[in-house]
Amino acid sequence: MSKESVLRACDLTMQFGGVVAVNNLNMEVNRGEIVGLIGPNGAGKTTVFNMITGVYAPTNGEIYLNGKLIVENYPHGRMKDIYNGQNAGKYSKVLAPTPDRITKMGVARTFQNIRLFKELSVFENVLIAKHMNIKSNLLSATLMLNHKEEKQMREETMELLRILGLEKNKDDIATSLPYGKQRHLEIARALATKPQLLLLDEPAAGMNPQESDDLMHFIGRIRSDFNLSILMIEHHMQVVMGVCERIYVLDYGTLIAEGSPTQVQNNPKVIEAYLGVD
Amino acid sequence: MTKKSKNICSVIAALVLVVLLICSYEFTSSSSMLRSVLQLGAIYALAAASMNLLNGVTGLFSLGQAGFMAVGAYTFAIFTIPVEKKAGVYYLYGVADGLSDIALPAFFGLLIAGLMAALLAAIIGAPVLRLKSDYFAIATLGFAEIVRILVASSPFNRITNGSLGLKAIPSFSNLFGVIPAYFVPFIVVAVCISLMVLLIKSSYGRAFKAIREDEIAAEAMGINLAKHKRMSFIISSFFAGISGALLAQFLGAVQSTTFPLSMTYNILLIVVIGGMGSITGSILSAFLVTAAKEWWLRFLDVEQFIGDFQVPFLRTGFRMVVFSVILMVVVLFWRRGIMGNKEFSWDSVYHFFTKKKKKAALLAEDAEGGAVNE
Repeated sequence: MSKESVLRACDLTMQFGGVVAVNNLNMEVNRGEIVGLIGPNGAGKTTVFNMITGVYAPTNGEIYLNGKLIVENYPHGRMKDIYNGQNAGKYSKVLAPTPDRITKMGVARTFQNIRLFKELSVFENVLIAKHMNIKSNLLSATLMLNHKEEKQMREETMELLRILGLEKNKDDIATSLPYGKQRHLEIARALATKPQLLLLDEPAAGMNPQESDDLMHFIGRIRSDFNLSILMIEHHMQVVMGVCERIYVLDYGTLIAEGSPTQVQNNPKVIEAYLGVD
Repeated sequence: MTKKSKNICSVIAALVLVVLLICSYEFTSSSSMLRSVLQLGAIYALAAASMNLLNGVTGLFSLGQAGFMAVGAYTFAIFTIPVEKKAGVYYLYGVADGLSDIALPAFFGLLIAGLMAALLAAIIGAPVLRLKSDYFAIATLGFAEIVRILVASSPFNRITNGSLGLKAIPSFSNLFGVIPAYFVPFIVVAVCISLMVLLIKSSYGRAFKAIREDEIAAEAMGINLAKHKRMSFIISSFFAGISGALLAQFLGAVQSTTFPLSMTYNILLIVVIGGMGSITGSILSAFLVTAAKEWWLRFLDVEQFIGDFQVPFLRTGFRMVVFSVILMVVVLFWRRGIMGNKEFSWDSVYHFFTKKKKKAALLAEDAEGGAVNE
């Protein structure tokens, strides 16, 4: 398998005032890979996600998607005085697209605490994700002159629900679904944006062993069905070790280890910081 | 229920409504309370629906509705007062030079009123829409107050006629020479609300709902928050402007005091009683609230005698006390408004009746069972 990088982050740093949430992180996700991001609570994992998806502009560093620069920032303004990273002055531009633009570039995500459109139906939840590529303008959409496009959006949504096994629930209100299905729906919604890279923030949180086992298969399946690369944060070691091909370990915002599951599992630093000794 | 039977039901219901409306025209005198309540109800329905588009559907809690209505009403008045009456209206300060010869037909007046409100929304939207929830509400509230004070302020005397207000605004006129003037507001309101309903059903409407449900998730799904919020704000203001213009036509005169803060609360109240996010609820409650306030409770304002006994408390203003109590009861028992956030559908009507029947049948069975046991 050729190693073509989908996502590459260089010297990624995020400082909130004096707190360094993420410190000089370098990481890479190759095409077709499932990569895990683990670490104790407060290690800065979700902050990494938020930087990749444009929720935060990093204090320093750059992010490439398919070799194309999508985010770049250097410490400036108040941050210039506070910043104490090693790579100050390496970057010079500010490039900070909003989350919706990053989604359009092909990065979709799910959230740690499920964020569905609660009072809308399952079908609508997924259909809304199709809105971003709408070609008709407000007027033609209002006057129903775009029925072809609308029909296509609905068909694609139906198809997606069918593939992911949510077809039967399509008219249910999102919050009425059982917890596991809500997780599935969130992933379905992310997939509806046709991403190349999917970011999953603790997809197995709150699941029992049986459900997390199902989820592992599910993640493997969507990777091949949708030609995805996946970056996931997870605390269930069973899931991480079972499904990830490479793992990055963060502690206090710093990368302490990376490598295959077995390498990481036997790394003394990781055992001390996160896994613990049996 | 099949789609066909639903369509038939809708057509019949629409026909019944139209027939009722025509009856209200044929069998009442032109000064009857029913007529003016229906017209005013329709105008408030449009105002409430436009507020609902912003507050209920997009989830932006705005309190600037009266401001946009004032802008619409004044714009309409300025552009449509007949040329020969202008001298009389602006007798104190005189007319601004460009305006003295302008008197547009009502249709263009309505359009310009809407566009003017929309333009203003576009301008103030840029800074105001950056604010969240309560702060947004306060900023829009401030805007409404600024509009009210500006139209009465002296620098605009020659345009808005200062605190004297504008009079001699042409009332509704015959449409195409065939449709009597009485029906015009209903037609305008029906067209505007249909447009809004279509918008809400379109992909853009779904995006608005997504923003209401969860901004962060909506943005992560590729919805441009700033653009869609601005869109919703501008469209809502456009229709608020039109409803203001209709109100100006209905009243025949506008002043800055026609659009006080309490007007915004009035419309908000209609929206809340109808159900946040439900346009049909807004329409329903607009008529109910208007009728109750202006008409049905009027008898409470005059002294009543039963035989020799004078009913206590009844005097001018008591109507509003009773009205407030009714409101509290409604809000207590229908916490999410009459319709919740659902739209009217034949399915729900069907369910409503069949459920009732089932319950009645069950009760009857229970009663019989009880009888046998005894």
